[in-house]
Amino acid sequence: MSMTQQQSPTLQAATKPEAALAPTRIAISDLDFFYGTNRALKSIVLDFPEKQVTGMIGPSGCGKSTLLRVLNRMYDLYPGQRATGKVMMDGDNLLDPSIDLNQLRSRIGMVFQKPTPFPMSIADNIAFGVKLHERLSKAEMAERIEWSLTRAALWSEVKDRLGSSAAGLSGGQQQRLCIARTIAVRPEVILLDEPTSALDPISTLKVEELIDELKRDFTIVIVTHNMQQAARCADRVAFFYMGEMVEVASAVTMFTAPKQRRTQEYITGRFG
Amino acid sequence: MSATTAIGGFPARDDKVAESLARRRRLVDRAVQGLCILATLIGLVALASILFTLLWRGFSGLRLSVLTEITKPPGSNGGLLNAIIGSLIQTAIGTSLGTPVGLLVGTFLSEYARRSWLGEAVRFVSDVLLSAPSILIGLFIYQLVVEPSGGFSGIAGCLALAVLVVPIVVRTTEDMLRLIPESLREAAIALGAPKWKSIVFVCYRAALDGIATGVLLAIARVAGETAPLLFTSLGNLNWSISLARPMASLPVTIYQYAGSAFEDWVQLAWVGALLITLGVLALNIAARFVLRKRSD
Repeated sequence: MSMTQQQSPTLQAATKPEAALAPTRIAISDLDFFYGTNRALKSIVLDFPEKQVTGMIGPSGCGKSTLLRVLNRMYDLYPGQRATGKVMMDGDNLLDPSIDLNQLRSRIGMVFQKPTPFPMSIADNIAFGVKLHERLSKAEMAERIEWSLTRAALWSEVKDRLGSSAAGLSGGQQQRLCIARTIAVRPEVILLDEPTSALDPISTLKVEELIDELKRDFTIVIVTHNMQQAARCADRVAFFYMGEMVEVASAVTMFTAPKQRRTQEYITGRFG
Repeated sequence: MSATTAIGGFPARDDKVAESLARRRRLVDRAVQGLCILATLIGLVALASILFTLLWRGFSGLRLSVLTEITKPPGSNGGLLNAIIGSLIQTAIGTSLGTPVGLLVGTFLSEYARRSWLGEAVRFVSDVLLSAPSILIGLFIYQLVVEPSGGFSGIAGCLALAVLVVPIVVRTTEDMLRLIPESLREAAIALGAPKWKSIVFVCYRAALDGIATGVLLAIARVAGETAPLLFTSLGNLNWSISLARPMASLPVTIYQYAGSAFEDWVQLAWVGALLITLGVLALNIAARFVLRKRSD
């Protein structure tokens, strides 16, 4: 592990500059979520600022991944799961049944915990998502593939074997391919669900550097179990506990002067 | 031994009792092992004698004329060309009719009806069909096609084989699709793909080898079926590749020849059995090869 990964979250957050105020990209209010009758999210109010990284932390089962899956309506795949309230983006409530889900998901991309390369070539992995939403010539597609792989810091490692199977890449490379695949669609928001929990420390570092680079163009929401990671990557951090959003603040404030006792106990490792 | 000292206030362990228990255990162990080996040997001997007889009698009658001549009256040195071609035609058409249906039903069960009562019902019916006696399938097609159309026909044979192919392909397709992690489907959906694209372009591709293996095994199964063809394509001693007329097939020819009183017909039945066995063997090896490639 590198030095920075071993420092305490407090130290790491304190050394970074306070993020500038940014306009809100997605505004959540009064959000409740149910798995059947089990209320997994309770009256959530939370904003995601544009082109910043918002980290969501909290113990297992606190609802942070559930919230992520509300944002791209992934829960719609499963009968028995439902959300009520408002998730506003550009004047639309994303929970509205009339929202076109395929279009919504082209605007809000998602990267999962475990790398999920499709059983096809590296280039086809990228082209799959792009082709769903755009009609590109061969040359344009090649350009898009190079662009997205470059942005995902993978181009130099795979440029000579774009036609070979994505299954042959290492775990860290596969995860960066998944990120490339997501940004190739050019979404406005990227959701990252514990994107490094299945990766080794070096790959983790690469993905974290990548997140820092990507926020120039994308609004990023990241769920993480790792508080050092939240401190390193996030501009703002929200702490969840038992389905409630306990506290949200800039990463600096969150890790140096949390207001709530539960937040303080969690980030100092008293539970969780 | 320290284990014989009293621990926990119980009397010390009696070494003699322990020894007699151990002896009994070893005896039972050896007896069970012996029975297992004996049963394996009986099975293997039976299998080996079948294979040996088949190879011996099959190869001794194998001549080029078997592949170039059609079935002829006893004593005039016929071959099996019409039966071989008939079997190839019926197996090919049966498989190509049954496979798409099985593939779609398997997809329905795995992707659309996982927890629904309809899915449960379809799965149950398909499993029953899988183990239904194949002669019933023959009678079913007899009632459905042969009777109304007024005669036995090659196409009726194809349909009977297709009905046999369906449940095999349903089962393997569903099993293989279910092995695909949910996260792969979600990843496709998360890019904005509609469900059918996630199934066709991601799930099918991930399960392709497994599904192909299922189809190969289905071919191997129906290539050797006799009963469903007896009531449908009937068999034909003349040359005919018309689907509207009775059609010859290897299994039915074997059935007819093996029970006949003519030595050269019986000989040809052995050759036919050898050809089917070799074909099925090749298909099974191909299936294993495809699966092995998948796990690499």
